[in-house]
Amino acid sequence: MDIGGYYFYELYFNATPFKLMIEVQNIEKSFGEQKVLKGISTTFDAGKTNLIIGQSGSGKTVFLKSLLGIHNIDNGAILFNNKEYATLSATEKLNLRTKIGMVFQGSALFDSMTVEENIGFPLTMFTKKTKEEIAERVNFVIDRVNLINANTKKPSEISGGMQKRVAIARAIVNKPKYLFCDEPNSGLDPKTAIVIDNLIKEITEEYNITTVINTHDMNSVMEIGSKIVFLKNGLLEWEGSNKEIFKTDNEAVTDFVYSSELFKRVRKMYLEDN
Amino acid sequence: MLLRYLTQIGRYFLMIKDVFKRPTKAKVMYQLILKEIDDLVIGSLGIVAFISFFVGGVVTIQTALNLTNPLIPKYLIGFATRQSVVLEFAPTFISIIMAGKMGSFITSSIGTMRVTEQIDALEVMGVNALNYLVFPKMIALSLYPFVIGMSMFLGVFGGWLAGVYGGFMSSTEFIEGLQTDFIPFHIAYAFIKTSVFAFILATIPSFHGFYMKGGALEVGKASTVSFVWTSVVIISMNYILTQLLLS
Repeated sequence: MDIGGYYFYELYFNATPFKLMIEVQNIEKSFGEQKVLKGISTTFDAGKTNLIIGQSGSGKTVFLKSLLGIHNIDNGAILFNNKEYATLSATEKLNLRTKIGMVFQGSALFDSMTVEENIGFPLTMFTKKTKEEIAERVNFVIDRVNLINANTKKPSEISGGMQKRVAIARAIVNKPKYLFCDEPNSGLDPKTAIVIDNLIKEITEEYNITTVINTHDMNSVMEIGSKIVFLKNGLLEWEGSNKEIFKTDNEAVTDFVYSSELFKRVRKMYLEDN
Repeated sequence: MLLRYLTQIGRYFLMIKDVFKRPTKAKVMYQLILKEIDDLVIGSLGIVAFISFFVGGVVTIQTALNLTNPLIPKYLIGFATRQSVVLEFAPTFISIIMAGKMGSFITSSIGTMRVTEQIDALEVMGVNALNYLVFPKMIALSLYPFVIGMSMFLGVFGGWLAGVYGGFMSSTEFIEGLQTDFIPFHIAYAFIKTSVFAFILATIPSFHGFYMKGGALEVGKASTVSFVWTSVVIISMNYILTQLLLS
């Protein structure tokens, strides 16, 4: 069954259709005396590439890890598809986790496994599929992320760009409803970074996944930012799309996004043209 | 300082409890156990055999050279070799060596997984990382008494070869010594100790790897700290068990 069929099945057999939305309501998180998140509220919609941006120390990583449940929040609520995460039972949390795909900054591939085994890992762990069915799905996903001649290689034997593709393939192999990416193109050359960005965007739209990306990369912001959330000192300073970010008057956003002369000139030209 | 140690001890026991929660799929666990048996048990046989054989020989030669009084029967050399190897050398000192060999491997491999976010990846997917990583090691090391059994045999065999072919005694005298005052419970005592040490060898290095923070440098530091603490706990438990079982 392909992923389109899968969602059709879910919609058909479940009374409440999936909105695949993540809603964040006034979340706060402190580490000792230090308050890192100071009340953030926003929503991340399905089929959109939602980007979290901000300076180092602005709380982006803590925010992402709080969404993933790696950090327990002090106050507020995180709702996945209208269900509050904190109120879910252990089994429901576990079920939700199997519907989450994550691409880590360093790819986090298992060193001892081949590319195929890495990608097939979530299926081996959480489904009752046979070896043949797993191999079929793995090969489908490998084709989807354009990984060529890497099936039996170990992660250490492939390039950084290929490792990211493997990480993306592993994240989507079990048909996730939510995809989280932490700096997916850090350490990649600009060309490969754009290829990875576009791949994530295509997958998000194609499979109607709710994608949340933590990034520093301004190319990503301009290319794939359907929704951009700008954090500053643990607060949501601004949110909008990659079109709106050109026009915003918010000084903190313009200082951060257009920090280089080149970007300032590009912005000026864009505003003159529009 | 004391509070820090108590916190760590508490955390260690909580880790042990969490190892048994949310078990990994049996088919996957079976593969993991086989891999750990290969890495930890089979991979240690060579070094254990080498050390046991030669240390057994050295124990015999040292004993023979120190028993110069003609009134002391030569079969006591065999007796001393058996007692040294079976009671202490094989179970305790091989375990200390294994704390360096296996322990460093466990800490550095789990620590590297922590540093490279592989453990986070497991947890985000909904896998109980402690069960996935530590439980197979515990099961694999339930075979550790076989390693120590082999060490005992090779230690005594090395002693026999060194004693007989070194011209210190006859084969009959050595074998007579091996059979003198044999207490079967000593073997049970040695294997009880070995089983406790196996548990320590599987869990303390895992604890240091799993909860480490930092980068590559800290992985190295964690391996060293893990070796120190594993050795300290093995030596302490050796004393406690000897007191409990033999006194």
